[in-house]
Amino acid sequence: MTVRKNQATLTADEKRRFVNALLELKRSGQYDTFVTTHNAFIMSDTDSGDRVGHRSPSFLPWHRRFLIQFEEALRSVDPAVTLPYWDWTADRTSRSSIWAPDFLGGTGRVRDGQVTDGPFARTGNRWTINVRVDGRDYLRRDLGAGGRQLPTRAEVDSVLAMETYDTAPWNSSSDGFRNHLEGWRGVNLHNRVHVWVGGQMATGVSPNDPVFWLHHAFVDKLWAEWQARHPRSTYLPAAGTANVVDLGDTMRPWNDVTPADMLDHTRHYTFDTAA
Amino acid sequence: MGFHVQHHPPPGPRRRGGAAGAAAGLALAGQAVAEPRAAATPAAPATPDPFDEVYQGRRIKGGPSHGGGHHGGHHAGGYSVTIDGEELHVMQNADGTWISVINHYEPVATPRAVARAAVRELQGAPLVPLTLV
Repeated sequence: MTVRKNQATLTADEKRRFVNALLELKRSGQYDTFVTTHNAFIMSDTDSGDRVGHRSPSFLPWHRRFLIQFEEALRSVDPAVTLPYWDWTADRTSRSSIWAPDFLGGTGRVRDGQVTDGPFARTGNRWTINVRVDGRDYLRRDLGAGGRQLPTRAEVDSVLAMETYDTAPWNSSSDGFRNHLEGWRGVNLHNRVHVWVGGQMATGVSPNDPVFWLHHAFVDKLWAEWQARHPRSTYLPAAGTANVVDLGDTMRPWNDVTPADMLDHTRHYTFDTAA
Repeated sequence: MGFHVQHHPPPGPRRRGGAAGAAAGLALAGQAVAEPRAAATPAAPATPDPFDEVYQGRRIKGGPSHGGGHHGGHHAGGYSVTIDGEELHVMQNADGTWISVINHYEPVATPRAVARAAVRELQGAPLVPLTLV
């Protein structure tokens, strides 16, 4: 069984193997197909039209399936690798070990935002940004720019306390757990972390930064924590809802997986802590 | 040319009432633009005022898009924004705020504000048509 671990607890060898698997997926071209898929959904998911990956109830099951697929790709390179998660409520500064040169590298330089250390720095020539929306082909970050703060555990707990999974109109204006976790409303968890990292993470091509996967692995874990706290709450909507993915509807782009299929993460992996 | 011209969403059947995945979604959005606003998007606020200015050395323009098709702002109720003539993909949220592909996760109040935010983020770099792999 795959066990997803807190990135802060990884050994030097585990970090090295995870990084090497990322670099191999990048080299082979597989990595960039994930970036393309993500941006296609970012651009086509709208509040008043069809929406699957974002701003809709299936934000969580869609990303769970997306991460499983990515983790499978990593494990095809190195079967010992699993997706680590980044608990940004705990490791919440640019000095945290996740940003060290032996793991993801640090923030970008002032002049152009370019990440200059670690395995994904431009100078290493192994992480060209191919799927891009502007002319810059190097990884950029601006960690904590403008004095922004990552969400606190208290803010996370306030969202985990919400009993209802999601509500009409099932978009970025909805009340409920999903939209507060996604961050279009309220204390803003997921969206705020993208903005805190900055650079490509703040754009539609956010998976260009490998921290995307560690961020979403934690968002995914928070969904599991919410399920454990609210055993009588369930995914909504159940059926017959226009433009959004009901519990038993299949999700693009796979077309063979439903939110119902994604509710139990333990069929695919577990976490290193009780969820 | 807007980069979404080259945008090919993953193929796949829609669950109901449509032809082919997100491409059909785009087409439907284009039709909605041409219909009376009240019927098409009941929650959508009024179209913002057009703008045309130089901001930090970049020419930013915004206004109602004409002709639909690939040159309209599909997800912005028929509103399009350009930076130095290149289309910035923008989207209006249900609450009336705006985001772009450059600042996707941080809504701002107006298309002008979303264009200015993109200029600051670009630091002089040009927008480019999305390269797909």
